[in-house]
Amino acid sequence: MITFSGKPVSAGIGFGKVWIYDKGGMAVKRRHIADAEEEIKRYEQARALATAELESLYYKATREIGEAEAQIFSIHKMMLEDIDYNESVENIIAKQMINAETAVLQTAETFSKMFSEMEDAYMQARAADVVDISDRIIRILSGEATQNIGDGEKNLIIFAEDLAPSETLQMDKTKITAFVTSRGSSASHTAILARSLSIPAVIGLHREIGKELDGKPAVVDGYTGVVYVEPTREVIEELTEKKRKKDMQKELLAELKSKPTETLDGRKIRLYANIGSSGDLGAAVLNDAEGIGLFRSEFLYLESKDFPSEDVQFEAYKTVAEGMGDKLVIIRTMDIGADKKIDYFGLPEEENPAMGMRAIRICLDRRDIFKTQLRAILRASAFGNVAIMLPMIVSRDEIIRAKEVISEAKEELLAANIPFSQEISLGIMIETPAAVMISDILAKEVDFFSIGTNDLSQYMLACDRQNEKVAEFIDPHHEAILRSIEMVIENGHKAGIWVGICGEMGADEMLIPRFLKMGIDEFSVAPSQVLTVRKVVRKSRS
Amino acid sequence: MKEFTYKICDELGIHARPAGLLVKKAGEFSSETIMYNGEKSADMKRIFALMSLGVKQGDTIRVTVSGADEDEACAELESFLKNNL
Repeated sequence: MITFSGKPVSAGIGFGKVWIYDKGGMAVKRRHIADAEEEIKRYEQARALATAELESLYYKATREIGEAEAQIFSIHKMMLEDIDYNESVENIIAKQMINAETAVLQTAETFSKMFSEMEDAYMQARAADVVDISDRIIRILSGEATQNIGDGEKNLIIFAEDLAPSETLQMDKTKITAFVTSRGSSASHTAILARSLSIPAVIGLHREIGKELDGKPAVVDGYTGVVYVEPTREVIEELTEKKRKKDMQKELLAELKSKPTETLDGRKIRLYANIGSSGDLGAAVLNDAEGIGLFRSEFLYLESKDFPSEDVQFEAYKTVAEGMGDKLVIIRTMDIGADKKIDYFGLPEEENPAMGMRAIRICLDRRDIFKTQLRAILRASAFGNVAIMLPMIVSRDEIIRAKEVISEAKEELLAANIPFSQEISLGIMIETPAAVMISDILAKEVDFFSIGTNDLSQYMLACDRQNEKVAEFIDPHHEAILRSIEMVIENGHKAGIWVGICGEMGADEMLIPRFLKMGIDEFSVAPSQVLTVRKVVRKSRS
Repeated sequence: MKEFTYKICDELGIHARPAGLLVKKAGEFSSETIMYNGEKSADMKRIFALMSLGVKQGDTIRVTVSGADEDEACAELESFLKNNL
């Protein structure tokens, strides 16, 4: 197996065999001519043919990929009409008495150099356009036909040094499963064309593509930018599975996007996404999440070397709040401790960190850190529909004390005339057996519950999540967990608040129907699982 | 001769697409149309020259128009720049 690594510019996975695209036949022979006028006439004829080709390419591209992307061919046509370009070609023919092919080549070199020496990357990439139009004329002048993909061929992975947009477009795309080029930029038209045709593409391998690869089986991962020639069975299996999952996701998306998350008997369920940083927002939106049910704020603390400032936090929360528009964004205050240790917190070593200083316990001990985060969340609430969620609650007193800090933060902002939403709602995670047992009491203090099934399983079943030896005892279908969830839902509803699940169990297809029977109001799952959950909900009864 | 100045708002500057459209527009008139960017200048009927000015967002360009239809050409080019760049 040979592995190449480049830049992924069009997502997808393509299996097939290598087809080396060789521009061939473009070697230009310098030749002296006797009659300059005749040679210029020959050039003019070739230019007229090239213009006609570009016109038909423009219409083909408009049909296949849309007018905006097709514009490039109308620009190429204008370039062929450029007075300076044509004068240069004609002058070289007349003064040096050489053939039109050589004159075009020399002109192309001068003009492409002009672009490649410009400062910005976009203009530098335009050198490729000059080469493309010049190659077109040279090909016509030398009477060559374009290289076409052979009859009966299919599932080809096109390997080339670089591909001009017209070359990409002229190929029969039904025979192509991926593009791989050793040069190229993501701003290149080939990358744009590949994306609009949904054909995976990897560019910039910065390695020679040897002729000996021709015809060999290969697979292209357009997500990671890795190209495998003669892949091992493991690679094939892994990528087949990855492709299956991605394809399924795409089908789900096509089938379920913007459909309501509603049971067969018409009960609407809130279907939210869990995100670990503002970078996951795109995935949540793309998968049609109806809100963010769990925004883990720890990333801000884990990524920095010292406590993240209020402004840094505010920007991150605001990005997500704005990105979701009027949809709910539940920000969980930091859950540091247990397996997430941070040096600058200066926490002492603990014998049993899962049961040690963690999450809300640190927050109520270090109110300054907590208040900074709360102020940032409150400020972000002015830019969207934000809620606060407290982790690791075991007593009513913790909620009361946390509320005091929230009130202080609100008063400070009010005094400083900084806007925030007065109606910001407050919820808690139910992830300890204690919280389950007193959920009737806790429900009176908050606006919603979200059951964190991962930690709840750990604490309920007395199994350390970090300890592999006890992994087998963590049974998510354990009756103790299911009864706990049922009890929490019941107690929540008695107090008139909604109850959701934000742990991994929320995406368990076997359990979703049971949770719906219990009366669950919300699921918050990984962005990639949102549509699967929607599918199951739409087939179930509550 | 008529002239005007304009500050480019488009984030990509005068890239290939608007350059092509500008050339087309300038080609509709018989007047000579020149664009100046700093010390460089280019005939607006020539796409390579126009692109080589490397006009970026924030650059202030000057356009001069001279010829029989300069009034109309100047007005149309100015409104084209305002609408597209």
